[in-house]
Amino acid sequence: MNFDFSDDQKFLREEARKFLSAKCTTAEVRAVLDDETMSHNEAVWQQIVEMGWLGTAIAEEHGGLGLGMLELCVIAEELGRALAPVPFASTVYFFAEALKLAGSDAQKAALLPKVADGSAIGCIAASEGPGAVEAGKLATEYKDGKLSGTKIPVTDGDIATHAVVLARDGAGVSLVLVALDQPGVTRTSIETIEPTRSHAEIVFDGAEGERLGAQGDGETLYNEVMNRAAVLLAFEQTGGASICLEMATDYAKERYAFGRPIGGNQAIKHKLAEMYVKNEVARSNAYYGAWALSTDAAELPEAAAAARIAASEAYWFASKENIQTHGGMGFTWEVDCHLYYRRAKLLAVQAGAPAVWKEKLVRALETRNAA
Amino acid sequence: MDFNDTPEEAEFRAEARAFLEQHLEPKNASAIRGREARKQTLEKAKKWQKVKAENRFAQITWPREMGGRGGTPMQQVIWNQEETKFDAPIGPFAIGLGMCVPTVIAFGSDAHKERYVQKALHGEEIWCQLFSEPSAGSDVAGLKTKAVKDGDDWVINGQKVWTTGAQFSDFGIVLTRTDPNVPKHKGLTMFIVDMKAPGVEVRPIHQASGGREFNEVYFTDVRIPDSDRLGEPGMGWKVALVTLMNERLAVGGSPGPDWQEIMDYARDAGTLSNSAFREKLADWYVAAQGYKLTKFRTQTALSRGETPGPENSIGKIITANHLQDICNSAVEMQDHYGLIVDKDKAPADAIFQESLMWAPGLRIAGGTDEILKNIIAERVLGLPQDVRVDKDKAFSEL
Ligand SMILES: Cc1cc2nc3c(=O)[nH]c(=O)nc-3n(C[C@H](O)[C@H](O)[C@H](O)COP(=O)(O)OP(=O)(O)OC[C@H]3O[C@@H](n4cnc5c(N)ncnc54)[C@H](O)[C@@H]3O)c2cc1C
Repeated sequence: MNFDFSDDQKFLREEARKFLSAKCTTAEVRAVLDDETMSHNEAVWQQIVEMGWLGTAIAEEHGGLGLGMLELCVIAEELGRALAPVPFASTVYFFAEALKLAGSDAQKAALLPKVADGSAIGCIAASEGPGAVEAGKLATEYKDGKLSGTKIPVTDGDIATHAVVLARDGAGVSLVLVALDQPGVTRTSIETIEPTRSHAEIVFDGAEGERLGAQGDGETLYNEVMNRAAVLLAFEQTGGASICLEMATDYAKERYAFGRPIGGNQAIKHKLAEMYVKNEVARSNAYYGAWALSTDAAELPEAAAAARIAASEAYWFASKENIQTHGGMGFTWEVDCHLYYRRAKLLAVQAGAPAVWKEKLVRALETRNAA
Repeated sequence: MDFNDTPEEAEFRAEARAFLEQHLEPKNASAIRGREARKQTLEKAKKWQKVKAENRFAQITWPREMGGRGGTPMQQVIWNQEETKFDAPIGPFAIGLGMCVPTVIAFGSDAHKERYVQKALHGEEIWCQLFSEPSAGSDVAGLKTKAVKDGDDWVINGQKVWTTGAQFSDFGIVLTRTDPNVPKHKGLTMFIVDMKAPGVEVRPIHQASGGREFNEVYFTDVRIPDSDRLGEPGMGWKVALVTLMNERLAVGGSPGPDWQEIMDYARDAGTLSNSAFREKLADWYVAAQGYKLTKFRTQTALSRGETPGPENSIGKIITANHLQDICNSAVEMQDHYGLIVDKDKAPADAIFQESLMWAPGLRIAGGTDEILKNIIAERVLGLPQDVRVDKDKAFSEL
């Protein structure tokens, strides 16, 4: 049994942590939070580009570092801890993974090098309104090489250069690859709970696009992309939840009430212990997801679902109880607690809300039991 | 057992209703909840308060000579039930009339009552509660703001924090330390402070939810005449307990969207048939109903002229967590789209998103979840008290 990351991967984690704790502190996150015109932190983004992180899991022939998904998981956790205000998840977990999974040789050759060198920012556009994405209900349509319809919200949709769009296509649904700098595309920024990541409404009006994968494979491919993204997001979530626990624990030791540290009260002790339990459950499920992802295991669907469900629950609990542990201070803008509460909610719905994944999980378990 | 008003209660309810109908619009279901209620303009609130006071609906239980109606607690409950059905802007007066002014009435001189009560009642002056400090919230008796006697005045120095409404308040009640050489609860004194006095500086705090409803308040050599002291020097804790007791009565209520709103949303969204949602909905209904019916038991006691028991203290523990849970579920049901806070785009005018951001504050304001549970455990269930290591030591030695 060796259910752990390798020494090299741990070294990568240390380096990533060192870099982010120096260059991507919450001051960098707040720069985006407090400035409505800032979609992301360009300085942080450029340094990430320079270190080659975008190409971590992209093959060398496509300009990447040619490392694997485990290395990408390691980086994801660190980005989650740092609340990195950059379009990394959209570009790498969703867009590049979709290309790797479904792209033709020509599409990969054209775009993966651009992802790796930072000249392309990608996003995925599926949601069209309130509620879970359902292939059968999509209004956006791909016809004769043109895309029409409205996608909202699209995380990083306002700054992306390219999008992968889930659209109706004849009798079925396809993934469509679209360049966003063209006349048939109109984008409007929209305000969300999580201002450190930007969001847009994108209106396609006869925009030129090409299929990613075969016609009619859209739903299957979309679900496969979501499985991959779910594991990577679970690492971000686990990272964020760990910081909440660290913050709450530190505060519980130093904040005095009634003549002793508040952490001396079992109400607080048990709260933090419960946070720890949820975080460890999330971390172990995330590791299993990483294994499934890196080995292309048949178990990926249930591993991804379990990772996502556990991580969403852990981050929600840790972020809300971190505020609670901080009392009135925790409810101020100036203290960082609310940044995690906001990010926890974004990450919990970005690839489909937990309820959707619970259904997916049980379906995957049924299939497995039937086999 | 029934839920009917007695004939007198029914008569009062009809009278209240007629009055409200004459002066206010009924609530438009989507426009009232959450943050919206708190944003209603001050001017509108002041006007409504004046109309209420002139018609003796402002403080029903206060004696008539004080501008009240001389009514029963049950009548006050009936009034509150009816008023919340209308678009009534009452936010800015809740702390003043609910907590501060009752404290002035209990401990102030005749001159105080003459000076302050009518103006507050008629909505002409607003009050705030200056208790919490950066290092004294749950343990408010550990506060440091100093008041030192100087001739006929007291000179106040220190800092308060999280003071709701201080930025538009005319007066406040401020709890200070006047004797550091005795145990913490014994060296406190309460004063009325003029918020416009020299040396009082109010700085709004940006809240995690984005709003700026509470404040830091700094006192630098603020002079308060001895005549504006409430209670004897050193008796401030006893005075504060009266304020806090009134706070428990003032908070509670429906702070935002509840099971009905999320059910409406689910119906519109076509997800009401989802069995996992139905199960949660049933739980939310039971909790909300349980709280409402508990209040009915309290009202029954009031209606019989009895003092309500401690069952009332479950209110904020239920409502604040319930709100957070419902809003979280609503946002997740909306999936990725649930992130959107733009009112023109988000379902139900973004009340779920706004209340999701407000709910953490509600779990802390006016006694945290943990402190309220301690109170239930210790005062209702009689469990042994927490160790209070600093209880008997002089404050200056802590
Ligand atoms: C929206 C809002 C409005 C407010 N308005 C006002 C106002 O108008 N006037 C005013 O004076 N104050 C106001 N407050 C302050 C409020 O009363 C305090 O924030 C609250 O009492 C908690 O105190 P604290 O922030 O110092 O937290 P702390 O007391 O430091 O508590 C930190 C954590 O420790 C826990 N804890 C503390 N002691 C114990 C214990 N013995 N056992 C178990 N757990 C414990 C708490 O539950 C909390 O989780 C407001 C606060 C908020 C959030």
